Amino acid sequence: MTAEPLLQPLFLWLAGAALALLTVATLIGAVLAQRVTTPAGHDTVRNLNARIRSWWVMVALFAAAMLLGGTVTLVLFALLSYLALREFLTLTPTRRGDHPGLFLSFFVVVPVQYWLIGIGWYGLFSIFIPVYVFMALPSLSVLGADTTDFLTRTAKAQWGLMLAVYCASHAPALLWLDIPGYELPGALLLLYLMTVAQLSDVFQYVFGKLWGKTRLSPGISPSKTVEGLLGGGLTAVAIGTGLHVITPFTPLQAAGMSLVIVTAGFFGGFVLSAMKRDLGVKDWGTLIEGHGGVLDRLDSVVFSAPLFFHLTRYWFT
Amino acid sequence: MMIPLLRPALLGLTRLLVGARASWEGCAPADVPRIYFANHSSHLDTLVMMAALPRELRARTHPVAALDYWGGSALRRSVAVGCLNALLVDRTGKATAEVMDAMAAVLDGGQSLILFPEGTRGDGAVQPFKSGLYHLARRVPGAELVPVFIENLNRVMPKGMPLPVPLICTMRFGAPVAPPGDGEDKAAFLERARDALVSLSHSSQSQPRTPSQETAR
Repeated sequence: MTAEPLLQPLFLWLAGAALALLTVATLIGAVLAQRVTTPAGHDTVRNLNARIRSWWVMVALFAAAMLLGGTVTLVLFALLSYLALREFLTLTPTRRGDHPGLFLSFFVVVPVQYWLIGIGWYGLFSIFIPVYVFMALPSLSVLGADTTDFLTRTAKAQWGLMLAVYCASHAPALLWLDIPGYELPGALLLLYLMTVAQLSDVFQYVFGKLWGKTRLSPGISPSKTVEGLLGGGLTAVAIGTGLHVITPFTPLQAAGMSLVIVTAGFFGGFVLSAMKRDLGVKDWGTLIEGHGGVLDRLDSVVFSAPLFFHLTRYWFT
Repeated sequence: MMIPLLRPALLGLTRLLVGARASWEGCAPADVPRIYFANHSSHLDTLVMMAALPRELRARTHPVAALDYWGGSALRRSVAVGCLNALLVDRTGKATAEVMDAMAAVLDGGQSLILFPEGTRGDGAVQPFKSGLYHLARRVPGAELVPVFIENLNRVMPKGMPLPVPLICTMRFGAPVAPPGDGEDKAAFLERARDALVSLSHSSQSQPRTPSQETAR
């Protein structure tokens, strides 16, 4: 990582591409809204346009945070972790005895995890939640002397922290990787991960809506199709390969990394869908219009961020 | 004073903590005289209700709050009255007629009230209602009686826990309850109003199962 300013031709090209993509999507959405005739079609197009509007906001927020620097990016992700954990625990039954541990999860674990990343203490941020918090939380809960569903309650709180905080925090941690010979700002690696993971979701949705026939697993995620997965996944890998210019990877390595991101992202969305079905809800929340909650938008990043981080760290630093 | 800044700050913090989402299930937001009656689940009830209301209704809606607590200091009073439009009432029972006059005056002026008719809060279950709602509904029969179930807030700050845990709270606005009928006595009306509130607590699929229900499944 270097301290070079992010505002350089490469970033401007990428920002321009995002702007063009959003504009095209908005125009297509407007045309579809004129043409659609069936009531079911109206619902789909209304949801599509809500999604596109939300994408404008998300892209603008993310770009602004990256331009303002590492600390702001870290704060943005800490806030997203807080909101995602709030969504997860809202749907998870808890009892009175869990209260102190849950309070600490939100107001101590989240800030400490991101602070450890910010000071670059890799050795501790990578074990803080899976080791220390793993034991501290049930130790606190057990003081409440309430054994009803103790294992279930403990396990669910741990899952919430692992997904919403631990896994998600590996995305901004990319900014602190020191890669020899890589002269570009570290924020571009984060941009790479987010672009490939999110475009994979977007193109899976587009391919699925246009050509999807074979349901992948109706019981878990009714909208996922084989055609969507293959078409969307391969498109995202192709884009990820082309974007090797902003990474330390060769085109072939970038293709492999994109494949990892896409595969992990797919399973992230799939696993979290299964959890939603188990909890009896359609979405994790309502904060992002058209998409659902923060966790609905981050489910693919949550699974791909730690893998991408560790593969990059192991082979390139 | 600091009020113009304090109000958005308080409402913003409330949303960051509990989301405060309004779900209009039995009626639409409308600027007509209404008595919103809600379950009392934590100290944050009033703030969360105000944060959930649309801005234009918030300015014309007054939560009824206890004078002995909220009038206790200049700061509390300015938060309650200045930020939250609260109508402070003496709940000691010494000035029942004045309290009723003040509440009726708000409704007669075309504005709305928020009441918590349980008086005290239990651990999750909705307690029997106090009689104030009945007397007020008889006094101002034109006001709509809208039940509001505040979901999850008792998990945010359970009784005896001083610190909050951030969880998303949804306010479920139900269909208006008919005012007390001619042959209906106080107890029957209060029971009917309470039932309307309780039935809102089961109306959602997104309602998290309690651990015991989950075990039974």
